Amino acid sequence: MSAESSPKIVIVDESPIRAAILEEGLREAGFTGVVHISEMQSLLSRIYAIDPDVILIDLENPSRDVLEQMFQVSRAVRRPIAMFVDQSDAASIQASVDAGVSAYIVDGLKKERIKPILDLCISRFNAFSKLQDELDRTKSALEERKVIDRAKGILMKVKGLTEDEAYVLMRSTAMREKKKIGEIAQSILTASELLK
Amino acid sequence: MSTPLHVGFIPLVDAAALIIAVDKGFTAAEGLDVTLAREVSWSNVRDKLNIGLFDAAHLLAPVAIASSLGLGHVKVPIVAPFNLGLNGNAITVSPALHAAVMAEIEGDATDPMATALALARVVANRRKSGAEPLTFGMTFPFSTHNYQLRFWMAAGGVDPDEDVRLVVLPPPYMVDSLANGHVDAFCVGAPWNSVAVDLGVGHILHFVSDILVRAAEKVLAVRQSWSEKNPEVLAALVRAASHAAKYIEDPGNRAEAAQMLARPDRIGVDAEIIRRTLDGRLKVSPGGQRRESGRYLLVGREGAARPDPAQAAWLYAQMVRWGQTALQPDALETAMGVFRPDLYDAAMGHQGKAQGASDAIGAFAGPAFNPGDIAGHLAAFEIGRWKP
Repeated sequence: MSAESSPKIVIVDESPIRAAILEEGLREAGFTGVVHISEMQSLLSRIYAIDPDVILIDLENPSRDVLEQMFQVSRAVRRPIAMFVDQSDAASIQASVDAGVSAYIVDGLKKERIKPILDLCISRFNAFSKLQDELDRTKSALEERKVIDRAKGILMKVKGLTEDEAYVLMRSTAMREKKKIGEIAQSILTASELLK
Repeated sequence: MSTPLHVGFIPLVDAAALIIAVDKGFTAAEGLDVTLAREVSWSNVRDKLNIGLFDAAHLLAPVAIASSLGLGHVKVPIVAPFNLGLNGNAITVSPALHAAVMAEIEGDATDPMATALALARVVANRRKSGAEPLTFGMTFPFSTHNYQLRFWMAAGGVDPDEDVRLVVLPPPYMVDSLANGHVDAFCVGAPWNSVAVDLGVGHILHFVSDILVRAAEKVLAVRQSWSEKNPEVLAALVRAASHAAKYIEDPGNRAEAAQMLARPDRIGVDAEIIRRTLDGRLKVSPGGQRRESGRYLLVGREGAARPDPAQAAWLYAQMVRWGQTALQPDALETAMGVFRPDLYDAAMGHQGKAQGASDAIGAFAGPAFNPGDIAGHLAAFEIGRWKP
C-alpha cells in the first residue's frame, strides 16, 4: 500500500444497517475503499482475496475467533496482521470494546492513519446502539399501548364503564400499587384469560 | 456487604463449575455478588478480561498462557488458581470420513494410534486421487483442541500444516460446517459433538482422553495484578467454584445440575445432552452406539481442579512444537507460573498434592513428558515446526 492512498477497509458485520452506517461514515471521511462482508462462510478466504489493510468486526460476531487465525504463521497469509491496539493503547481498546467493535490492521499501516478510522467506527457504533435502544423503546411503547387498549376494553365490558372511566381506574390502581399502568393492564389481560 | 464481580464465560459444559457456583448460591455464600456474562468468542473473553471489564473468566488454558507471554495479542499476565475442567473435548468426523477411516483401520477403533495411521492412509489415498485436502475445524489457535488434533494426527504421520487444513471455527458453527461439508471433522468441547451425533451428521471418533489422559482444558482466569490486589475475593471465588465442582461430581445432583446449566442464558442446550457429558456416557454414532468413559470430562474429581504447572509446560511445549513461539527458558517459567496451585491451596486452606507426578499428561504416543527438558521431549517427535 502506498502511504498516500486510501487504506482498504473490510467491515465484517451481519447487521446490514449498521454496516451501511459505518460505510457511509467512512466514505464521508474520505476512506473510499470499503468492502462489507456479511456472509461468515469461508470468511478467511474472502478476506485474503480482498487483502485489506484494516478489518473491522462487530464484537457480537463469533467469527472474531476466526480472524485470530490470521496472527498465526501461515502460508495463506500474505502479510502478517496485528490487532491495532498495542500495549500503549489501553484507552483505545477500552473505548472500542465498550462500543462493541474490534479492529485489526495489517502491520505497517501507521497508527496516526488508523486512529481516525477507529474513532469514527466507535462513534458510529455508539450511535447505532443508541438508535437500536430508541427503536426498542418505541416498539415496547407501542406494545404497551396495545395492551392498555385491550385491558380498557375488558373493563368497559365487565364493569360497564366508559373508556375514560376504565382508563382512570387503571391509572389510579397503578398509582396506588406503585406500578406502571402497562403492568396493571397486563394483569387484567392475564386475569381475564384465566377466568375465561 | 457482598463484593460485585463480573465473570465472562462461553456456553460450554466445562463452564459448569462457574455457572453452578453462581446459580446454586455458592458464590453468594462466600459473600460474592457475581454477574455472569455469556460471550460469543474467546477473543472477547480474553479482551474483556485483559482490560478489566471482567474480573474473572472461563478461559482456554492455552489463552491464559499466550496472554501472559504476549503471543498473538497484547501481553497481560494472567493467573489460573483453579482448573474448571480436564479433558472434555472430542474429535467428531463426517460420516464419509468415518467410513474412509474405518475402511483403512487395523486394530481397535478407540486406539488413537490405529485411527491416526488409518487417517494417514486416507490422506495418502486422497492425494493420489487428486482430492482436496481434508479440513479439520478447531476453536482457537491457542486451544487444547488445536494441540490435541495436531498431536493425534502427527503421531500417525500426518503433518497438520502440510497434509490437511486446520481452520478456526466458532463452536456454535461447527455442526453446520460439518453438515454442509465445509469441514470433514472437528475437535470441540461439549455439547457440540453430541449435537452433531444427534443430528446424524457426525461420528465421535475419539474422546480426547484417548489421546491425553489428563489435559488442562479451561481455567478460571484472573489478571495477575487483580489477584494481587484482591487475594481474599479470589480465594472466595475459588472456594465457591470448588463447592460447585463437588456438587456437580455427585451423581445424585447431576439431573438438577444439568437442568440449571441448560437454561437459555447459560449453556442453552438440552439438559439430556449436558447430563450425558457430565456422566461421560455419550452417543457416538447416529445409529445409537454408546461409549462410556470415566475420563471424558473431569470437573474437580481426581484432583482435577488443582492447577498443575506441568500441564502449563506441556501446553507451552505445543506452542513451540507448532511454531507459535520460540523455545526460551524464561518463557517456559512464565507459562508454568500461570498455573497457581499455591493460590488454590491458600483458598482451600490445605496443602494439595500433584497427581501423577511422573507424567502429568499421559499421552498415547511419544516419551513421557518432562517439563525440565522440553527440547529433549520435542526432539522425539518427527513432525513439527520446531527444529533443535
